[in-house]
Amino acid sequence: MIMAVLEILVYPDQRLKQKSQPVEVFDESLLHFIADLEETMRAGPGGVGIAAPQVGRFERIIIVDVSCKPKIKNHGRLVMVNPEIADKEGNVVGREGCLSVPDYTGKVARWDRIVVNAVDEFGKPQAYNMEGYEARAVQHEMDHLDGLLFLDRLVSRRGSLFPRTPLRGVEKKADAC
Amino acid sequence: MKNWFMLTLVGKDRPAIVAKISSVLFQENCNLGEASMTRLGGNFTIMLMIQFDGPADILDHVLQPVCDSLKLRYHVDQIDGELHHHLEPNVQISVHGADKAGIVAEVTRVLAAAGLDILNLESDVAGTSENPLYIMNIEGVAEKGVEALNQALKSVDCGEDVEVHLSEIDILRG
Ligand SMILES: [Zn+2]
Repeated sequence: MIMAVLEILVYPDQRLKQKSQPVEVFDESLLHFIADLEETMRAGPGGVGIAAPQVGRFERIIIVDVSCKPKIKNHGRLVMVNPEIADKEGNVVGREGCLSVPDYTGKVARWDRIVVNAVDEFGKPQAYNMEGYEARAVQHEMDHLDGLLFLDRLVSRRGSLFPRTPLRGVEKKADAC
Repeated sequence: MKNWFMLTLVGKDRPAIVAKISSVLFQENCNLGEASMTRLGGNFTIMLMIQFDGPADILDHVLQPVCDSLKLRYHVDQIDGELHHHLEPNVQISVHGADKAGIVAEVTRVLAAAGLDILNLESDVAGTSENPLYIMNIEGVAEKGVEALNQALKSVDCGEDVEVHLSEIDILRG
């Protein structure tokens, strides 16, 4: 299969604000698209996730792979089609940037632990328990499916001086991401 | 190369200062760049990048009436500014505890010697006037590595009632 790096839509391109539709057909062309999407994610510097609408395909498909980050719990390469958050817990603030928003990063509050139901690229149901950085990546990408950017969820810089949730253990999860 | 100025405004806080200043600047065809506004001790403060294709004294004439009417002190400097030059922090240091003299000096001295380039610093005094609580949050780039900062922070001496924590910032890009 010949893979291609696709063009990433850059905000304020209004197409990024549009809601994506569920995938219904699992065929060869879907697999081909997902391979291209992954190639695009890996081509960008430091990209740990990508969503189909970022390349102008408005279907509910995301890819996340945070395995390149040391010391972070992860499930490796994940293709999630039609993902839904089934359960969520905790609230943490971390810094995010986006392939579709060059030269800007900001602090965003996310669920710390989530359970995600999705199907893989072959249509097989999957459920994932995830936390921290990986959970943040999935939430960031799932937002793209609903036309939301991290810019829609920024928390104020000053707000971060007073974390609302207590820190767990020695690791300061809230701001570590 | 664009012509950038840095405008600094300080004065008693009152409603709509930003709206009034920015509309005057807009009428003079100024473009606004990066800005940081905050209330410090009840004062309005802002630092604002302004792109203006004219000399500083014209900006001065434009700003004087509106600043006078708002009782704001202002200062304009021509700068070598450019947009799209953000640096990304990779460490965050939070300091909190009893408010006493010398915390900032001690912490920043140690961090600077260990290679911290500070990009952002915010501090606040919370608690009550009888029992003030000092809170500082620093973000920066660890030029000599995070471990150097961690080691250096062990030598910080602010007393037992002040806590200093360093955490790495791992920016998620997706
Ligand atoms: Zn994104």
